[in-house]
This record gives sequence, structure tokens and C-alpha cells, in this order.
Amino acid sequence: MIPGIPIEVRRRFETPARIVALVCGVIIAASAYLPWAYGSDALDDVTYLGGPSFIQFIALGMGLVLAGLCVCSMRWPRGFGRIRIGWIRGARSLGVGLLVAFAVILAAISVELGGTINIVYGGWIGFAAALIAFVATRFLIPEGRPNLNRLGTPGWLSILAIAGVMLVMLFVAYYALDQSNPGTFVTFLVYVGVGVAVLLRTGALGWLTAATSVHRRVMLLAAFVVAFLFPFTQGGSDANMSIAAQVLIFAATAMGLNIVVGLAGLLDLGYIAFLGSGAFVAAMLSGTAMATLDIHPPFPVTMLISGCVAATLGLVIGSPTLRVSGDYLAIITLAFGEIFRLSMNNLDGTDGPDLTHGSRGISDTGELSLFGFNFGQTHTVAGLEIGRFANYYFLLLLWLVVVILIFTRLNNSRIGRGWIAIREDEKAAEAMGVNVFGLKLFAFASGAFLAGVAGAIKAHVDISVTPDSYVFLQSSFLLAAVVLGGMGTVLGVLIGATLLQLMPEKLRFVNEYRLMFFGLLLVIMMRFRPEGIIASERRQLEFHDEDEELAERLDEGNVDASRGAVAVEGAAR
Amino acid sequence: MTETVTAAADPGTDGAPLLSARQVTMRFGGLVAVDKVDFDVYPREIMGLIGPNGAGKTTFFNCLTGLYKPTSGRVVFDGAVLPPKPGKVVRAGVARTFQNIRLFANMTALENVMVGRYCRTSSGPMTSIIRGPKFRREEAATRERAAELLDFVGLPDVSENLARNLPYGDQRRLEIARALATDPKLLLLDEPTAGMNPQETRQAEELIFKIRDSGLAVITIEHDMRFIFNLCDRVLCLVQGRPLVLGTPEEVQSDPRVIEAYIGTGAEAQRTLDSDPDSDPEGGADA
Repeated sequence: MIPGIPIEVRRRFETPARIVALVCGVIIAASAYLPWAYGSDALDDVTYLGGPSFIQFIALGMGLVLAGLCVCSMRWPRGFGRIRIGWIRGARSLGVGLLVAFAVILAAISVELGGTINIVYGGWIGFAAALIAFVATRFLIPEGRPNLNRLGTPGWLSILAIAGVMLVMLFVAYYALDQSNPGTFVTFLVYVGVGVAVLLRTGALGWLTAATSVHRRVMLLAAFVVAFLFPFTQGGSDANMSIAAQVLIFAATAMGLNIVVGLAGLLDLGYIAFLGSGAFVAAMLSGTAMATLDIHPPFPVTMLISGCVAATLGLVIGSPTLRVSGDYLAIITLAFGEIFRLSMNNLDGTDGPDLTHGSRGISDTGELSLFGFNFGQTHTVAGLEIGRFANYYFLLLLWLVVVILIFTRLNNSRIGRGWIAIREDEKAAEAMGVNVFGLKLFAFASGAFLAGVAGAIKAHVDISVTPDSYVFLQSSFLLAAVVLGGMGTVLGVLIGATLLQLMPEKLRFVNEYRLMFFGLLLVIMMRFRPEGIIASERRQLEFHDEDEELAERLDEGNVDASRGAVAVEGAAR
Repeated sequence: MTETVTAAADPGTDGAPLLSARQVTMRFGGLVAVDKVDFDVYPREIMGLIGPNGAGKTTFFNCLTGLYKPTSGRVVFDGAVLPPKPGKVVRAGVARTFQNIRLFANMTALENVMVGRYCRTSSGPMTSIIRGPKFRREEAATRERAAELLDFVGLPDVSENLARNLPYGDQRRLEIARALATDPKLLLLDEPTAGMNPQETRQAEELIFKIRDSGLAVITIEHDMRFIFNLCDRVLCLVQGRPLVLGTPEEVQSDPRVIEAYIGTGAEAQRTLDSDPDSDPEGGADA
């Protein structure tokens, strides 16, 4: 990615480079106490001398970590006993990360206050130190792969680690959603990325996954509890909760697409039609004045009907077309998405039945009411207000858990093995008795079903259902979320969906140029990390076919660290 | 065709054949790849299929396994006509390996074999999602049987290794294990020793005998004449899609037409075939 420096040169300059990096780390930490900008509107007010803002505090921490890593790499170059730690690996990624972070910070200040003139000496010092630190870390020679994941961990420490991780995640979600300043938001995102990268490179993430994989159930439960507690941090405000609800809808739908694309390996470019059909069916059955069908079953039944209608559509489009594969299938699904949009636009009673009110759509779907609990009203639980979107958030969270459960269980079953076999070698799978056509069709139908149910909930969250919110662009965003996050993984797709849904909401300037922005993001990802943010082991190998070292490492991981202890996969499950 | 008793436990050719191909013909446009082949395989028999490159051996194999639908003629297996669908052929009890190994490279050895069990299990989505008793029972049985088969082919220690990382010989064994996982009555091996060293070839030979002794019939395509003549009860030689000779290894080995088809005519050819069958000039790919 970054051109390397010849190893001989590195050897000669390694010691001075280490000291330079150390000093730069300290300077960066110190620069946090200096003002970075003239105006208080940039970032979270970085104008004070001697009073770091939150963004500056994190820079301070990172500078100290860089210095610490340099010291540790001199003090314990071989780690402790058998345990090797990637001090220099961490320092190198932190060097890159700090440079990126400071570039983003300076850019944010210039954009928000109008020109680089608004950057004060503190900012320049920090940036210069980050630049020098980056160059210096390039001279360091990374040590062998860290093996912190082999470290034995007592149970209480694992539980503590899980609790810590969850608290950090809750805070990250809370803080990121709370930022109205785009500069702060992006900087914070960069910080999070850098933090994860450093943890990964030093091997700490490996330890964390190894330690937590023993208590996977606790981990999953904790994650769920944190997600469940999130609305209580919002104080009854609907602003962030409506975004969070949209994120969950998007994530649940992307997870359904993940079955089709990630597991069975079928490219579907019209997936949004299944979400749309679910939404329209739920709207038609909602029983409001705008509903077009005079049947209004209770919502659980509506959900089921929506899912089944979507699944039927999946079967209808799937059975004749699944005999073609690859590009051809993609084109047909693309056409299917368009057919859906056009049908919804034209089922307005002019020709044929009036089911959707045409392009106006069904503009009132009413509020959900389950077991006497009205989702439209604000409820007070233990003194904390839970608003309308928070109610839906809980329902969506529940559905997302169900979707994830279905996804992972299908993946780890006879059916999942069949899907992978088909993806690996369709001819061989068929010759081994795998029901190729049936499994592909089932992937299509089950993915459609999950999207259909998500659509039924979405119809009520959005209140209105119109054809133009289910267009090709949405399909491509869903696909982008799956590809960006990591096909076939749970965590990856959740992250991908969150990023793609959150960014346009939080960054108005991204919203205008979001197509360009996402396109660029995808191109960069495909160049440097085609397997996505979180890579499933198999996918990783498919993309790095010639990488024997990777294959062997995964093998090694399989053998000595029972199931799933390999960092990424462990987290992904 | 006269039939002599061979050294290995004689399957005998009386009784009903397990598989019988009648006048099987496969035409690709103007090219006749397989021309009116008659062919019987009896239970617990090892049948060899030889012939120079392009003789139509693999095409014939594909006709037997449902990958191709024969242009004319029919294949009867275990009393029923084989449908031209690979999936149904496997369920009927014919499993195969491939000439160029086609494992699921990024799955572990165990998973590869477990995929082979797919057609003999039936857990549906519902029981898979709720992890019902049927799912758990079948999954445990599948896992156990797969481990058993890995053990059977001599790969007990690599079950968690990715298939792509196995040495070449082990990949061949794994492919056999995967085929055996489908509970076949007839196993078709397409050049099982291609690219193997003499020791691995010997091990493969032992494995095939072991498979036969467990009650299966085996058909194998091979270029290694020593291997074929050691192993097989009967050998069919195909030349340009037509069956040339069918008989015991001794008969085929000494048949001048076979030698002519392989090497040409003359004393030089005779000597080459007798002394060094390994270095036959068509050691490479087959049509």
C-alpha cells in the first residue's frame, strides 16, 4: 500500500527512527494542550490553550500510545516469554493513522472556518509531528506475527474484557450519533478506525477475540443488552432514534441479502424489491383510511404475509432465472427491481386494481399496536422517556436478532455447507449430490422472506410507503453494505450497513455527494481489501488466492486454537 | 468374451451386473466421442478403462455419471435406467472423482467429506434454524461418518486443514473420501494416480482394494499400465471412442491391437510396453 523502504536502509536507521517516533508521539500529546484553530465553530472547540477538547484528548492518548509502543519495542523486543506482541506493527499503523487523523482535522478546520488561515500553531505542530512520526515509523522493521491469542486468560478477566468492549461500543455509538458537527464526526470515525487497527496489529484484538470466544454466549448477550440499552441514553429524543431505526432496517435487510450474496454467491441487484413488496403488503393490510385492502389482520400475521409474498416473488423470479449464473443473473435481478418499481407506480387503478395509489403511494400506514402497547406514543420506563422511534427500535432490534440467528444457524448447517460448496465449485457440488438448484432457490426465497418482514416493519416506521423509496439505488447501497462490510459475515455486514446508513445522515456534505463518495470508498476497498472490513476466512482466501501464507496461517489457527479463535472469524460469528 | 479367474477375490461375472451400458454413444456435433460402447460392471469388481488420449474415456465417464446425456444407448444401474442428472445419479449410488482434482478448496477436509453426506441427509431449514433433535442427530452422525471416512482413506489427522493446503496425494485421497461419503455402490475414479510418485501409487492401489473389499464396485481410468494390470479384474480398452478389447489384464496386455493403439507397431513398441509402462507418451491430460 505504501512503498516500502529497502531493508538495509531500515536496519541502519532503525534506532534513530525509533527515537524520532517516540519524540513525535510526545509532541503530538503535548500539542493537545495548544490551540488548533482560531474559531470555536470547528470540531468540538479546539481553541483553548491548556484545555484540550475531547477530540484533542484522544490525540493526546494516541500520541502517548505511540511513544509507549516505541519504548516497549526497545524494552521488550521479543515480548514476554513465548508471547510475542506486535509493538512495531502497532506503531506503524498508528503512524499512518495519526497522519490521516491530523490531515482530516486540519481539513475540517479549514473547511468549517474557511481556509487554512484558521489553523493555529498547535494544529500545525501536531500535523508536523504526525508527518515525521509517520516517516519515522516507516523505517521500523516489524516483528513476527503477534500471538497474544495463545495467552491463557482467566474467566473473570474475559468477562471483564467483554464488559469493557461493550461499554466502549455503547459510548462510541452514543458519541458518534450525538455529533452534529461533521468534522468531529469524521475525526471520531477515523479515531475509531485507527484504534481498531492498532489493536489488531499489536495482537491485542487477537487476544480479545480468543478471550471472548470462550464466553461467546455472554458476549452475544452483552452486545444485545448494550443495543437494548441504547435508547435510554437518548433522553426521549427522537432525532437520533429515527436514524438508529433506519440503521436497523437497513442492517436487517442487508443481512438477508448476505444470505443470497455472501453465502450462496448469487449476485442480486434488485433486492430492494423484496423489502418494498413487504412494505407495500403491510401498508395495504394496515387498515387505515389509505389502505387499499379491506383486510386487516393483526400485525404478526401481516408480517408473516409480507414475508411470504416477498418469498413467493423470490421463487417466481428465481425459478426461471437461477439456471443462468453470474452476470446474467445480475442483469435479470436488476430488471426485476425495475419491474417492481414500475408496477408499484402503475397499480393506481387506471389499468388494473388500485393497490398502491400509484406514485403517491400509501401515505398513512398507522401506528403499530401490539398487545395494547402503542408504538406511536411516548412511554416512560423507570423515569426515562421512550419515544416513538425508540419503540420501533426495540421491535427492529428483536427482528434483527432473529435474522442473525437464522443467518448463522443456516450457515452452520448442512444447507450452509451446500451453499459454500456451490460457491466453491458448482459442478463438483452437483456431482456430490448437492441439490444445487434447490439450494439456490432456497437462498433466494429465504433472503426475500427476511427482507419482506423487515419491509412490513419499515412501512410502519416510515408511516408512508411510496414506490420511489424502493429504487435501484437502494439495492446498490444494500449490496455495497454487504460487500464493504464483508460478504458472509455477521459483524461485517452490521458494520457496513451502519456506516452506509449513518454517514449520509450525519454528514450533510456527504449526502450531496454520497454516490461519488461511496463509489470512491468501494473502489478503494476493492483495491486494498477486497474481502471487506471484516473478512470471513473463506472469502479472504478466495480473494487472495495465491496467498499461501494466509492459507497456512488460517490452517494453523484452525488446528491450535479450536474453533473460531482466529481473530476476525471469531468476531464475525 | 471369455472370462478367466483373476488372482484377487473373484467377483465373478455371473449374476446381475451392477451397471450395464448398452450401445452408449455420445456425439458432439460431427465428432463421435463415444461410439456404441457395451459395458458391464458386476458387484465387487474393479474395472479398468484404458486408451490413448482422446479415446473418450472421460466422456464415457461423464455419460455414466449424468454429466452428459448419451446421444443414444442407455445405462442401467441396479435395475433402473440412470437419469441424466448428476444429483440423481449420486443418490442412485454412483460416485466419482475428477481427473483434475475438484475439491472445495477453501473448506476443511472434514467439511469436504461432510458435503458428500448431503444427499444422504435431509435436515430442512426449519430444524436447522431451531436446532431440533433431527438436526442434532444428523449433524452428529454426519460428522462421525466423515471422520470415519477420513480415517478409512488414511487422513485421520488433517480433518481441520483446508483442502487446498493438503499435499497432492492427500487431496486425491480426500476426493475419494468425499465420494465415499455419498454411500455409493459404484465408485468411478478418473485417473486416481495421475501425478503421484510410485509409493503414493502403491498406497492408492491398497486403498482401492480396501474399497472393493468393503463391498463396492470400482471403475478406474488410468494411464499407468502397471497400476491397471495389478489392480483390475477386467480392463476395457477404448480407442477413438470405440471399444477395442475387453478382458482380463493378461488378455488386454498381450493383445497386439492394444499395443498398436498405444505405441504403434513393431518390436520396438512391444519392448517399450513390456519394460517400462510408466513412461508411456500419453501420460498427460485426457480428452
